[in-house]
Amino acid sequence: MKILILGATSDIGIAVAKLYASKRANIILASRNSRRSIPLAKNLEIRYEIAVDLMEFDGINYQSHDDFVQQLPDDIDIALCVFGYLGDQEESMKNWKEAEKILTTNYLGAISILDQLAIYFSGKGNGSIIGISSVAGDRGRGSNYHYGSAKAGLTAYLSGLRNSLYTKGVNVITIKPGFVATKMTDHLDLPKPLTNTPEEIAQLIYKAQVNKKAVAYPFPWRLIMFIIGLIPESIFKKLNL
Amino acid sequence: MVKKVVSNWTKFPEIEADINDFLYEEEVSKTLQNNVNIIARGNGRCYGDASLGARIISTLKYDNILEFDKKNGLIHCQSGVLLSDLLSVIVPKGWFLPVTPGTKFITIGGAIASNVHGKNHHKDGAFSNFVSSITMLKPNSEIETFSKESNPELWDFTCGGMGLTGIILSAQIRLKKIESSYIKFRSIKARNLDEIFKLFEENEAYTYSMAWIDCLQTGKNIGRSILMLGEHANQQSLKRSKDILNPKDKSLFKLPFNFPTWVLNSFSLSAFNFAYYHKQRSKVVNRTVHYDGFFYPLDSILEWNKMYGRKGFLQYQFVIPLEKSIEGLREILERIGKSKFGSFLGVLKLMGKEDNSISFPIKGYTLALDFPIKNGLFEFLDELDEIVLKHGGRLYLSKDARMKKETFWASYHSAENLRKYLSSSDPKNKISSLQSKRLKIH
Ligand SMILES: Cc1cc2nc3c(=O)[nH]c(=O)nc-3n(C[C@H](O)[C@H](O)[C@H](O)COP(=O)(O)OP(=O)(O)OC[C@H]3O[C@@H](n4cnc5c(N)ncnc54)[C@H](O)[C@@H]3O)c2cc1C
Ligand SMILES: NC(=O)c1ccc[n+]([C@@H]2O[C@H](COP(=O)([O-])OP(=O)(O)OC[C@H]3O[C@@H](n4cnc5c(N)ncnc54)[C@H](OP(=O)(O)O)[C@@H]3O)[C@@H](O)[C@H]2O)c1
Repeated sequence: MKILILGATSDIGIAVAKLYASKRANIILASRNSRRSIPLAKNLEIRYEIAVDLMEFDGINYQSHDDFVQQLPDDIDIALCVFGYLGDQEESMKNWKEAEKILTTNYLGAISILDQLAIYFSGKGNGSIIGISSVAGDRGRGSNYHYGSAKAGLTAYLSGLRNSLYTKGVNVITIKPGFVATKMTDHLDLPKPLTNTPEEIAQLIYKAQVNKKAVAYPFPWRLIMFIIGLIPESIFKKLNL
Repeated sequence: MVKKVVSNWTKFPEIEADINDFLYEEEVSKTLQNNVNIIARGNGRCYGDASLGARIISTLKYDNILEFDKKNGLIHCQSGVLLSDLLSVIVPKGWFLPVTPGTKFITIGGAIASNVHGKNHHKDGAFSNFVSSITMLKPNSEIETFSKESNPELWDFTCGGMGLTGIILSAQIRLKKIESSYIKFRSIKARNLDEIFKLFEENEAYTYSMAWIDCLQTGKNIGRSILMLGEHANQQSLKRSKDILNPKDKSLFKLPFNFPTWVLNSFSLSAFNFAYYHKQRSKVVNRTVHYDGFFYPLDSILEWNKMYGRKGFLQYQFVIPLEKSIEGLREILERIGKSKFGSFLGVLKLMGKEDNSISFPIKGYTLALDFPIKNGLFEFLDELDEIVLKHGGRLYLSKDARMKKETFWASYHSAENLRKYLSSSDPKNKISSLQSKRLKIH
């Protein structure tokens, strides 16, 4: 088994790398400035006696994505797209640069690389493509609607891609975490009972991949988002979310 | 940044602090540059305030093993690697930790900063003897890789210096060769203090030794205890030949003391101490046991520290020089016997010579005791401190949450050298802990 992790310096990406390594999968860690992944790569090789490769990857350098995929070995079974950028909502209202960064990283960047990977996997006729979207994409909230709208776009894209690749034998999985305690949310005071660890999300990803799931939420976020979805817009707009 | 409530193993003290973790050198360098009064924290297994402060740098995410030379038993790892993790990697390859404390849930950084001792201190000394190099982020933001030879002063104040010289980033450790994950174990009952001292001295050739001591005995039974001895079992001496290098305990024999949780309840304290001693019927018992039960009997009850309730507890560990050991121990055990402060865990050990200037061990006997926190305990321990000082002893900084600064200064002969060193290496007080402030070290 071989897994490609795009955004390998993310806390969730690291947890996934560790979990798959413990299952004896070989790993490709792709990130901008991949030098930072050297210690993790050595660690996983020593602990689990697997092979770990590093690749340079920038999600918003769309031009490079074609080349990047050309350089991939042809035995990858799973591709995980885990890079993302939460950004600052207030800042992005004042400063288009911030808004653009949120939109390009979470939406355009993800789609650009996923398009290429769709071709790669269609050619192989098997494998899994996993995208990390977010519950923030299920309904826009005042506190992060640039981010949420990009994730909503990503969710819709993944759903379409799943539909399109089904006949090609490729499974596409949408992961929708709620709150995860990572460096992305370090500055926020998240409600403990609803906050997952990166390791829990890694388990969720692993189970979804093994069981060929389509969409996976950590418990109890499917229910929470269902209820949130029921709230009429006339009330929702008044809530401070 | 949201402040978090944090405490170490004894739940005392409990404080609010900023906690930063890091994955990369750059991140921790930045935290150091932008702040003062920070302190490194490993897995919080020390019994006090040594790794607590206004801003804590947690090393737990910095936990990669960077190199493992399986042929020569050399391993290089980041400071947040837990000994438990290390064991699961090295044991299957025939290597073991050269020194290990009574829990495997501590980090490499914590092992160096406390310069931990194990059951083999009398033979092999403390952890630092097996560290070939340390890479440290120093208070001036420089990163230096040093050994005992290349920077003796920094080495001396780092090993046992409770994190005050800088943030340990990684270290190279020399491992110990083993043929199996089993221990040839021997236990001997002793009726009193004279007997256990004699047994320790007669058995000094054993690699591993320590004793459980029943602290509730008085009069002629004072010092009633069980001596535990051990050697790594070689391949030939084992009945089985398969699967003998397994970090998981698959042995048929478990050590005879799997503490059920009720024994930790203070009501059953005396009942336990009694049962414990009498469970072993014969004077001497020989067994082959897995290393996990031998070194880490308490680790199987993951959160035994919580049994002491919300107020928490204190651990009291002192060492008294050999010539005064018996006298000092008797006086202390008598004082405890007469007090209302029963102690469940009493661990006695004969230590070898002093390792370096600031580390705890000195040649003599060390005793470690747990006391649930209740009214009058702090005053009572102050009284015990006086007895320790009177006999030329000292307390282990890694177990300390309460000693008075005078006690520290009167017992650690290098205190002034350490203070001077820190005031020149760290004039801006980049690094300090609640303990270093309490003890007026830095
Ligand atoms: C059940 C039990 C049994 C024990 N038995 C023994 C024993 O037999 N012998 C013994 O010696 N000790 C023993 N201890 C104590 C324990 O080994 C030490 O307190 C050890 O230092 C804890 O390591 P830690 O990783 O949890 O670090 P912490 O408890 O978080 O910190 C301990 C000290 O290390 C410093 N430190 C941690 N990481 C770094 C770093 N990267 N750079 C610089 N400084 C750092 C901290 O600032 C602090 O001063 C025992 C503890 C328990 C709970
Ligand atoms: N944390 C949560 O509560 C939460 C909830 C729902 C969904 N998610 C999603 O989960 C995923 C992982 O996030 P995380 O929580 O693990 O946070 P994280 O640790 O902050 O990871 C985000 C990663 O994305 C990388 N990245 C950003 N821009 C990039 C680019 N242009 N090219 C390549 N990599 C880029 C960053 O790499 P650098 O190290 O190079 O900066 C960073 O490692 C994200 O997609 C996030 O949106 C998170």
